[in-house]
Amino acid sequence: MITARGLARTYRSRRGDILAVRGVDLDVADREIVGFLGPNGAGKTTTLRMLTTLLEPTAGEATVAGCDLRTDPVGVRRRIGYVSQSGSTYPEARAGEELVDHARLYGIRTQEAVRRGRELFERLDLPGLWDRQTKTLSGGQRRRLDIAMGLINEPVLVFLDEPTTGLDPQSRANLWQHVRSLRDDRGSTVFLTTHYLDEADALCDRILVIDDGRIVAEGTPDELKRGVSGDAVILTVADPAQLPRTIGTVSGLVGVSDQSEDGGVVRFRVPDGAAVLPALLRALDAAGVAPTSVEVRRPSLDDVFLSLTGRSLRDEPADATVGATP
Amino acid sequence: MTFLRDTYVVFARALRLSLRNPAWVVIGLTQPILYLLLFGPLLKPLAGQLGGDPWRVFVPGMLVQLGIFGGMFVGFGLIAEYRAGVIESMRVTPASRVSLLLGRVLRDVLVLLVQATLLTLVALPLGLRAPVAGVIVALLAVGLLGAAFSAVSYAVALTLKSEDALAPLLNAVAIPLLLLSGILLPMALAPLWLRRLSDVNPLKHVVDGLRTLFRGDLWSSAAILGLSMTVLLVVLGTWFGTRTFRRESA
Repeated sequence: MITARGLARTYRSRRGDILAVRGVDLDVADREIVGFLGPNGAGKTTTLRMLTTLLEPTAGEATVAGCDLRTDPVGVRRRIGYVSQSGSTYPEARAGEELVDHARLYGIRTQEAVRRGRELFERLDLPGLWDRQTKTLSGGQRRRLDIAMGLINEPVLVFLDEPTTGLDPQSRANLWQHVRSLRDDRGSTVFLTTHYLDEADALCDRILVIDDGRIVAEGTPDELKRGVSGDAVILTVADPAQLPRTIGTVSGLVGVSDQSEDGGVVRFRVPDGAAVLPALLRALDAAGVAPTSVEVRRPSLDDVFLSLTGRSLRDEPADATVGATP
Repeated sequence: MTFLRDTYVVFARALRLSLRNPAWVVIGLTQPILYLLLFGPLLKPLAGQLGGDPWRVFVPGMLVQLGIFGGMFVGFGLIAEYRAGVIESMRVTPASRVSLLLGRVLRDVLVLLVQATLLTLVALPLGLRAPVAGVIVALLAVGLLGAAFSAVSYAVALTLKSEDALAPLLNAVAIPLLLLSGILLPMALAPLWLRRLSDVNPLKHVVDGLRTLFRGDLWSSAAILGLSMTVLLVVLGTWFGTRTFRRESA
């Protein structure tokens, strides 16, 4: 559905060229939900704007929904839907009218546009809001209206830019449901950006991690979590006399890393924590150690991001303006 | 074909939004009428110096002012639409980029023509007497002038994307343009240096042309020069506007 090679975008500024995106290679298969994960300013939106023809790449090439990005941008536009972060409707305008006008810009006749629009309102839980000014809608309703705008041309590929930013938890969960149904019920391919780890984790078949304008890792949420950092195991030992033997036993396990001890709590990482646990407990028993608690913690994508970039996803990037929407 | 359809869709949407919130249309209209009612009478005693009917001098000036200001400030609406994500969402459709501009400009021209017609009609009971043909040509010229300023305003707004940057720029341009155009009083009354300065302002020729049209001299050189200037401004304005709207990063 998407093939991109060396896609790059440079912004010119008074201080010189800013490399917002440094050369992105990516492939998205049909009916996949792919998440583009990275902190603010990593180049997510810039990449998305290139793939949706809003921004011309300064280098590289891409095929999107079967059309070449450079030679046939209109073909790309016909086949894709784009739900931007900033919304898509005018506050004073009425929801249904904005949707119908949007459809008509795709060459859809008014009657057909109304039919599709009403159906989308039904499906996206917007009943009775057709004649409402969009400024009177709630944040969640407005976001679902944006999604309806993005779906009116029945796209095979839908781009969602930070679809749940600024929504309350309930609206988020509701929106995730709608995003899943894009693929499950309509057979669309979904490409979304997010800086929420739980969102990428809950929604995506595959995740591309972007940092500082380049893709630093990709895989399924589980692959990323398994491959990069392993599970954290936390052992608590009440008797200080047992500590040296505990540490010795842990060191003897295969694949242990990041081992530390602090106040009777021994922490380490191991590729598959649950599988190691029985052997660990047997070995501790044999060594005469009786731990008061053992905990295995699956890594979060935050751990993944931290180990890939050395920064937490919540940190601001070094230069927050780089790669921001121009 | 699709170009015309896209333009119509953008035009109809913009017009619907204007009609639903007519405050700006009404304010844009009342201002020139206030000029007619509160400034016009001051010209009566000057009739001799103005060379005849003061309304034939003053009304064309007001029409040009309406055309300039009616067009010039439309950019603010575009910035509001840009903020709401409307422009971006229209740009991901296959619609022609030029349609996105032209549909809006046509709405502005229509609003302007209604305002200009009303202004002329209000001037009739005040004492305006002018030949119909000349007035119609003058009104069409005002529409074209408005199109030029509206296209430029949209292009500048789309480039700046900030009301705070647009407002001072427009004011900085508007006032000298206005003062050097002889809109309020004809430049014929000006000292020579000021008249020479105003000669480089195309709007001065537009105003002079419209005044000639209101006297009924459709084929005079002043009328032809004024209309040519109007056409030139429209060509330049739409060229600049479409160039900006076609640019990918705008």
